[in-house]
Amino acid sequence: MNTTKTKRSTKQTTIVEKETLLDIRHLKTYYPVKGGFLRRTMGQVKAVDDISFEIKKGETLGLVGESGCGKSTTGRTILRLLKPTDGKILFDGKDITTISGTELRHARQNFQMIFQDPYASLNPSQSVGDIISEPIRNYKKVGKKELKNEVLDLLSRVGLPREAYDKYGHEFSGGQRQRIGIARALALKPKLIVADEPVSALDVSVQSQVLNLLKELQAEFDLTYLFIAHDLSVVKHMSDRIGVMYLGNMVEVATNESLYAGPLHPYTQALISAIPEMDPKKRKDRIVLKGYVPSPQNPPSGCAFHTRCPLAKEECYQVKPTLKEVTPGHRVACILY
Amino acid sequence: MARQISVQVETPLLEIKNLQTGFKIGKGYYNAVEKVSFKVDRRKIIGIVGESGCGKSVMSLSVMQLLPNEIAKVRGGEIKFEGRNLEKLSEREMNQIRGKEISMIFQEPMTALNPVFTIGYQLQEVLLNHEKISKKEARLKSIALLRSVGIPRPKKIVEEYPHQLSGGMRQRVIISMAIACQPKLLIADEPTTALDVTVQAQILDLLKNIQEVNDMSIIMITHDLGVVAEICDEVIVMYAGKIIEQTDVTTLFEDPKHPYTELLMGAIPKMDGKKDTLTTIEGLVPSIQQMPQVGCRFANRCPKAMPECLTTTPQLVENEPGHAVACLFFKNSTQKGRVGDR
Repeated sequence: MNTTKTKRSTKQTTIVEKETLLDIRHLKTYYPVKGGFLRRTMGQVKAVDDISFEIKKGETLGLVGESGCGKSTTGRTILRLLKPTDGKILFDGKDITTISGTELRHARQNFQMIFQDPYASLNPSQSVGDIISEPIRNYKKVGKKELKNEVLDLLSRVGLPREAYDKYGHEFSGGQRQRIGIARALALKPKLIVADEPVSALDVSVQSQVLNLLKELQAEFDLTYLFIAHDLSVVKHMSDRIGVMYLGNMVEVATNESLYAGPLHPYTQALISAIPEMDPKKRKDRIVLKGYVPSPQNPPSGCAFHTRCPLAKEECYQVKPTLKEVTPGHRVACILY
Repeated sequence: MARQISVQVETPLLEIKNLQTGFKIGKGYYNAVEKVSFKVDRRKIIGIVGESGCGKSVMSLSVMQLLPNEIAKVRGGEIKFEGRNLEKLSEREMNQIRGKEISMIFQEPMTALNPVFTIGYQLQEVLLNHEKISKKEARLKSIALLRSVGIPRPKKIVEEYPHQLSGGMRQRVIISMAIACQPKLLIADEPTTALDVTVQAQILDLLKNIQEVNDMSIIMITHDLGVVAEICDEVIVMYAGKIIEQTDVTTLFEDPKHPYTELLMGAIPKMDGKKDTLTTIEGLVPSIQQMPQVGCRFANRCPKAMPECLTTTPQLVENEPGHAVACLFFKNSTQKGRVGDR
C-alpha cells in the first residue's frame, strides 16, 4: 500500500510540473430567459457561475455532474461556441475570451470537439471522406490526392476500413459513427479535444472500444482532453484529474485517485455512493440525496447545495464557499474544510 | 385440500416457453426472440441484461401483447401468466390484465406521459378503468399514490402537467401509475437509463421498496450490470435473441461462464482499481436477417470459438445447479435439465 502511495505522489508531481494548456479564470456563462411583451429578457439562467480551473498539456480533465450542472456549457464556452458572460479563457497562454473573426477561426484549429450523439453529429448528405476532410480543406491548401491520403490515414488510425471513405454516415453503427467523429476532430491535429459525453449513447462493448481508442490517440498525438460525462466510472477510467460540478459551480477538483479514495464535498460523496457497484454482495447503504437539483434560474443562496446537503449548517445558507486547497492538488468548495 | 394449496404455491407467476417473436421484413419473418424460456417466481426481481438489439424489449412487449401487429408477431411458444395462456386471450380480457395484473414502465419518462392531460387525470384514468370507484375516491387515491412514491406536495402535483416536472419526478409518476392497481408483475424496461445517478439511486430504492411492500415480482430489463447487481435476485443474459446464461445474481458476478458475459463485465470501467485498457468485444451483433441458422450466434466475435461452434447450436444447459449456460465450451457436463423445465 505504501509503495503505491509513493508511486502515485511522484506521478502527481510530474503532472504539476507540466505546462498549462488551458487556464479558465472566473468563467461565467449566463443564458438570457426571454418572455413577456416583445420577448424581453426576464432573467438569467446561470449555467456556469464563476468557475476556475486549468488543464495541463497531455492530461485529461474529467468534468462530472448531473444534467443541468453546466458541464456541457463549460465545454462549449471554452471552444467559444458560446459567448462567455464574464471571466477569462487562456489557451496556450493566449487570451481567447474576446477574440473574433479571422483570429478566432485561426485559433480554432487547435481545439476541436467530439459530440455526444453520433446519429446527429454527422451530416447525412456528406460522404465520410467529405466529413473528415472538411476541417483540413477549411484551413489548409492541400492537393486532392494528398488530402485523400490524409483522410485514409485518419480512417485507419481510428480503426475504420478504407472503404468507409465513399460511404455515408447512415451506413455505420453508432460506435463506427463515433469513430468518424473522432477522425474529424483529429484532422487538424488539435492540441485540445473537448469530448462531450462521447460514449453515453453507445453499448457497453462498443463503449469500451471507443474509450480505448481515445486513450491510444492521446498517447500517440499528445492530446489534451476535457472529458465531459455523467458516468463516474467512465470518467474515473479516463481522467488524470476530475472536476465535480453542481448547479454551475465547481465544488471539488482533485486527482483521480484522491477524489475516489477520499471525496471531500458532501455532494461528491453522495454522487460516488449512488453508483451501483458491480458486486451484489456490496449492496451498500447509500447516501440517497433528497429532492432534486434546484433551478439554475433561481439558485439557492449561499452554498448552492445546501438545500439537499445532509450536513448543511446555518452558515451554508448565507456564505457561498470558494474552492480551497485542502491537501496538495485537492481543492473543495465547502465550509466544512 | 392441503395438496392443492402446495400445487398452487408452485405455479410460477409467469412462465415463458420457447417464445419466438418475429419481425416482418420484406416477405419473410425474422425472429428477434428465438426460443426463449424462463420463469418468474413470485416476489422475485429478475434482471434481463443485454445490449441493443438482443431482443430484451421485444420479449417484454410480447408478454404485454403490445407488439405492433402489422410488423411483428409471436410466432411460437407460450406465455403463461398464473397458468393462463396470454396468447389465447381476447383483446378485452388482455385489457383486464394489462395495468391490473401486469404493468410496465418505460425508459423515457419524457414521452411516456400524455402532455395534454394533468398528472391527476392520467392517474385517475388507470384507477377508473380497473376499479369500481367514484371519481372523488379516485382523486383521493391518486394523491395517496403520489405520496407513496415520494412526490412532495401531491395535492398540487395532481393539477400539474407532465412538462412541469423533472425527469426523476415524471418517472415517479409513471411508477405510481404502474402500481396503482397493485399488479403482481411489473415489467420495467430500462427505468433508470435516462436518469442521473443520484436520481437512479432514488428510483431503484423506491422500486425495491414497493416490491417488498406489494409482494410484487419485477422483470428488470437493463443494459447496466450495475443496476442488476444492485437489485436483482436472478439474472438472464441475452445475446442476439437468445438466452445465453441464467443464474442467481451472486453466482453471475462471481463466476460468469459464458464468454460474452465475461467480456461484458470486463468492458465496464470499474470503480476500484485502475485498468489501462478495457476488454473489448470485436465486431458487431449480426442483424436479424443475417443471423446464422446453425451454430452459436456469438461465435464470430468469441475469442474462445472452436470450429464446432459454427456447426452446432448450443443449448441452454444447467451444468451446475441453478447455473445454466448456452456454450459448447461447457457441454461436457450432463445435458439433462434445461432451466425452463426446472
